[in-house]
Amino acid sequence: MNIFTKTGKMTINFFRSVGQLSIFTLNTISHIVRPPFYFKALWQQMIEIGFYSLPVVALTTLFSGMVIALQSYSGLSSLSSEGVVASVVELTITRELGPVLAALMVAGRVGAAMAAEIGTMRVTEQIDALTSLSTNPFKYLIVPRVLAGMLMLPLLLLVGDVIGIYGGYLISVYKLDFNDTNFLRNTWNFMQAIDIYSGMTKAAVFGFIVTLLGCYNGFNSKGGAEGVGAATTNAVVVSSILILVSNYWLTELFFAR
Amino acid sequence: MNTENNVPKVEMINVHKKFGSKVVLDGVSLKVNKGESLVIIGTSGTGKSVTIKCIQGLLCPDEGSIKVDGKEVTTMSEAELERINAKTGMLFQGAALFDSLCIWENVAFGLIQGKKMKRPEARKIAIEKLRQVGLSPEVAGLYPDEVSGGMKKRIGLARAIATEPELIFFDEPTTGLDPIMSDVINDLIRRCVDDLGATAITITHDMSSVRKIADKVAMLHKGKIIWSGTVQEMETTNDPFIKQFINGVKDGPIQPTV
Repeated sequence: MNIFTKTGKMTINFFRSVGQLSIFTLNTISHIVRPPFYFKALWQQMIEIGFYSLPVVALTTLFSGMVIALQSYSGLSSLSSEGVVASVVELTITRELGPVLAALMVAGRVGAAMAAEIGTMRVTEQIDALTSLSTNPFKYLIVPRVLAGMLMLPLLLLVGDVIGIYGGYLISVYKLDFNDTNFLRNTWNFMQAIDIYSGMTKAAVFGFIVTLLGCYNGFNSKGGAEGVGAATTNAVVVSSILILVSNYWLTELFFAR
Repeated sequence: MNTENNVPKVEMINVHKKFGSKVVLDGVSLKVNKGESLVIIGTSGTGKSVTIKCIQGLLCPDEGSIKVDGKEVTTMSEAELERINAKTGMLFQGAALFDSLCIWENVAFGLIQGKKMKRPEARKIAIEKLRQVGLSPEVAGLYPDEVSGGMKKRIGLARAIATEPELIFFDEPTTGLDPIMSDVINDLIRRCVDDLGATAITITHDMSSVRKIADKVAMLHKGKIIWSGTVQEMETTNDPFIKQFINGVKDGPIQPTV
C-alpha cells in the first residue's frame, strides 16, 4: 500500500469517526429530553459515579493540595508569606487541578467500565435484544449514564475542593508551621464565587465527555473480546485528551480578558 | 387482495445488504402470512440472521422494501419501529440475556418496561413462562452466568414469548439442546403458532425442527431465496439444493466453504 492510499484511508476514517460521534452526541441529547425516562437506572448510575468515585477523588485532591502547599512554599520562598501559599492552594485546586484530576480519575474508573459493559452488551447482542423488547437502548443505557456523569462530577468536585484545601492546610500548619486561623482566613478571603462555579461548570462538561465517550466506544465496539478491549482503551485515551484540551478552552472562556 | 386479512404479516421485496464489500443479501424476497410458521434453512453464513435482523429494523438494508403489517419498516421513524417491536419477540442465537438482571427479570423485561406491568404480576407470568420451557421456579432468582448454555437458550425463548407477541423470530432455537429438550421447544414454538395465532419465522439447521415447526420452508443460499414451499413439497421436491441439504451430504451443488 503506498503512502497516498494510507493517508487517504486515515483521513476518511478520521472524518467518519468525527461524524459518527457527532450523530451519537445529538442522538443522546435528543433522547435526554424525550420520555420515557428511566429514573431507577439514573439513580443507580448516580450512586456508581458519584458515591463510589469518592475515595479516588478524595485521595487525588488531598495529595494535590498537599503538594501544592509544599511547592508554593519552597518555590516562592523569597516572597513567601502565609497568604501566598493559601491563595495558591485555593486557586489551583478549585479552578484547575480539582476538576481536571477528578475527571481523569473518573475517566479511568467509570468511563472504562462503561465502555467495557456496553461493549460486552453490544457483542453479545444484548443491545439488539433491548431494541427487540421495544426498549430504546439510548434511553435505557446511555441517557442515564451521561446525565449521571453531568450531575455527579460537579458534586464530586465540591467534595474534592474541600479535601484539597484541607490537604494544603495540613502541610501549611503541621509542616510549615503557619498559623492555622490565618491560613483559613486567607483562603476564605481570597476565594471568589467564579472559582467555584467555573470549576463546577468544567466538571459538568468533563462528566459529559467521560460518560459520552465511554458509551460511544462501547456502543460501537465490534468483534468479541478484542473489540471490547480496544473500546475501553479508546474511551479512556480519547476522553483524557478531550478533558485536557477542553479545559484550556473553558479557562479561556471564563478568565481570558 | 387489499382487504385487511390478506395483507401479509411480513413481506420482503428484493432486499440487498452489504457489509463493506461483502454481499450478504442479494435480492431476498419472501412473504409470510398471518398465523403462518416459516422456517428459513441454509448453510452457515448465508445471511439468515441478517434477514431477520433487517425485518426487525436492527439492520437497515441497502436496497429493497420490507413491510410488516403492510407498513414499510426501512423508512420508519424510531418511535414507529418501537411500536412494531412491541408486538414482536425474538430469540437470539446466543440468547442475549441481560447479565445485570436475574432470570425472572430477564423474562419479564418486556412486560415491565414495555407494557408497564407491576413487578409481582410480571414475576408470576415470568415463572409460568419458565415452566413452559421446562425450567423450575428455583432458577428464577439466579443470574444468567449461573446457568448452563442450554438453559440460557430456553430462558431466551421464555423472554421472547412472555409478551405473547404477534410475530416471533427464533434464531436457532434448538442449537445446544439435547434431542428431548429440542422436541419440547419445537412443541412450544408450534403451540405459539397454533394456540396464540402468532406468526413465526425460525432459522434452523435442525431438520427434525423443520418438520415439526414449519408450515412453509424457504432456503437461503448465497443471499437469495432459491427455493420455497410447504414441508410436503420439501420432502418430495427434486430440487438438488434442497435434496442435498435435507439429506446432509457433502457432494452436490452446495459447495462447503472451507
